[in-house]
Amino acid sequence: MPESLRKLCWPLAALAVLLLFNALLNPEFFSLHFAEGRLTGSLVDVLDRATPVLLLSLGMTLVIATAGVDLSVGAVMAMAGSISAVLLTDFGMPVLPTLLITLLASLAAGAWNGLLVSMLGIQPIVATLILMVAGRGIAQLLTDGQIIPIEGHPGFAYLGGGTLFFLPVTITIALAAALFTAIAVRYTALGLFIESAGENPTASRYAGLNVRAVRLLVYTLSGLFAGVAGLIYASDITAADANNAGLYLELDAILAVVIGGTALSGGRFFLAGSIIGALIIQTLGTTILMTQIGGQSIPAEWNLIVKAIVVLVVCLLQSAALRQILTGKGVRG
Amino acid sequence: MRTRLRIKPQHLSLFATAAVFLLLYGVATLRYPGFASWFQTTALIADNAPLGLAAIGMTFVILSGGIDLSVGAIIALSSILLAKCLVVWNLPVPLAIPTVLVGGILFGTASGVMIRWFRLPPFLVTLAAMFLARGIALVLTEEKRLSIAGHATFDPLVDFLLFDFNLPALIFVVGIVLAIGVARYTRFGRNVYAIGGSEQSALLMGLPVGRTTVMIYALSGLCAAGGGILYAIGSQSGDASVAQLLELDAIAAVVIGGTLLSGGVGSMGGTLLGVLILGVITVVPVYEGDLNSWWTKIAIGGLLLVFIVLQRLLQRQRNS
Repeated sequence: MPESLRKLCWPLAALAVLLLFNALLNPEFFSLHFAEGRLTGSLVDVLDRATPVLLLSLGMTLVIATAGVDLSVGAVMAMAGSISAVLLTDFGMPVLPTLLITLLASLAAGAWNGLLVSMLGIQPIVATLILMVAGRGIAQLLTDGQIIPIEGHPGFAYLGGGTLFFLPVTITIALAAALFTAIAVRYTALGLFIESAGENPTASRYAGLNVRAVRLLVYTLSGLFAGVAGLIYASDITAADANNAGLYLELDAILAVVIGGTALSGGRFFLAGSIIGALIIQTLGTTILMTQIGGQSIPAEWNLIVKAIVVLVVCLLQSAALRQILTGKGVRG
Repeated sequence: MRTRLRIKPQHLSLFATAAVFLLLYGVATLRYPGFASWFQTTALIADNAPLGLAAIGMTFVILSGGIDLSVGAIIALSSILLAKCLVVWNLPVPLAIPTVLVGGILFGTASGVMIRWFRLPPFLVTLAAMFLARGIALVLTEEKRLSIAGHATFDPLVDFLLFDFNLPALIFVVGIVLAIGVARYTRFGRNVYAIGGSEQSALLMGLPVGRTTVMIYALSGLCAAGGGILYAIGSQSGDASVAQLLELDAIAAVVIGGTLLSGGVGSMGGTLLGVLILGVITVVPVYEGDLNSWWTKIAIGGLLLVFIVLQRLLQRQRNS
């Protein structure tokens, strides 16, 4: 079995366990209805709600594959929401140019991270920490710390709440982004370059690869996807909420990538794994909301505890050291 | 023979931090009457005591080349656990505080063990610890916030004053002095620097890398639990949603203090300056009135940028 398929086994198994759990305890989880021209139901809901994290995790996969990390995606989401709200309401700009300018700004935010990492050689955690802290500040500055409602723009509302092919339009957006990324990295040499730059930057440079350009590109892409996610979030709640948009989502995105089998140390990456990872995180959240034990629903606070346990179990499953300990070959130190 | 004042390159970053602090503090003193008063100075230290304690633990973690994302959540958990111990379970203060501290140590030790034994990335392990601690804090109480005001044995801690230093300020000052001593003059401190410099070399030199790594995270957990207790004393309450993203401020304070995130280089004194710089930046909007709090975030981001670029340039100079 090729490595890419073998790596997908664990995340797929985890998703299957979650779905099985729902099949036993929450049969209504699988019920689908057709109403008002679109399919509704928990499954559709999971796909719809997973879109922002899924988009973030696509960019994050490529960044992590270069042995980096992008902590700023949540803040870039907030910035994208604020920028679009200001352009639509204060400047009265039409929807299309607004989307274009917002995406360009997100691209620029990503490129800024990329420049710090690739040109100045700053550690990715620190370089993106700057925008993570300052970006949310800029988002709040733009909106004056208020939640700005975005109303009367059906084109904008369509992004997060519209229907396409009888499903929420977000699913199509997520699918398109995933396809775009997959084609870019698997049908061109880009994927190879990214893995090579992550596995051994020095050797890659000697082999003639422009490692700096590769790094710059992945952070820029990550910024762009974060911008799309931010637009979808703002459209979904029909408002720009600089305080809460994308809060903690960078952690969910990193989690999705790691659940999907991509190691934080860089190198081989698994896009499909990250997508399944994002779906696992959302299914987990929805499952906790729906599950009733003894007629009582589980408080939403348990979400965090369950998530923590999932992170640890997934990490341990992937830990080579644990396997060594279990097979009797102890590690030194 | 002329003697020249020479600054060692490894101290340059610390001097830059000190210069920024003096500049900020000087401008604030000139601009806002009463800013440099004894009362405001002790208040500045007291307000930043929980962050300061967390930053002390974070400095050891970062010096060893790791990271601890769980400190904010452990502060929240500790404050709510203390409140629960005192108000709901009616434990006396001398029993409640050690319980909370042991809880913090256990949390940190668990992270350290996962990181060391199973070779998991500190980023992920402490991220899980953050979810877990915040989750337990939220589950522990239904009302999310528990007041400890008017508690017979807890009130003396709240009211304690020594030369206008309240207990949080005093503990932070003692803590930072102790931490400077531990980092510079103890075997543990030197081991931390050695591991951060090169784990492989530390191992080959026969240093107890495993034990030290676990102790570092246990210490960070202890510091965060202490921070939670100081928060509870300062606000007379436990709050499950307090200190959100405080770990970022702690990391920022450590980085602004001149400690390299790659480990091995840095100082506890720099962290003290970093915490005070963040403290001054945070109170400026209060004095300005019309200046909004988001400028704080932008200013912290800008300062981070300046210091990181500065460190980077210094590193390059040293390498060439």
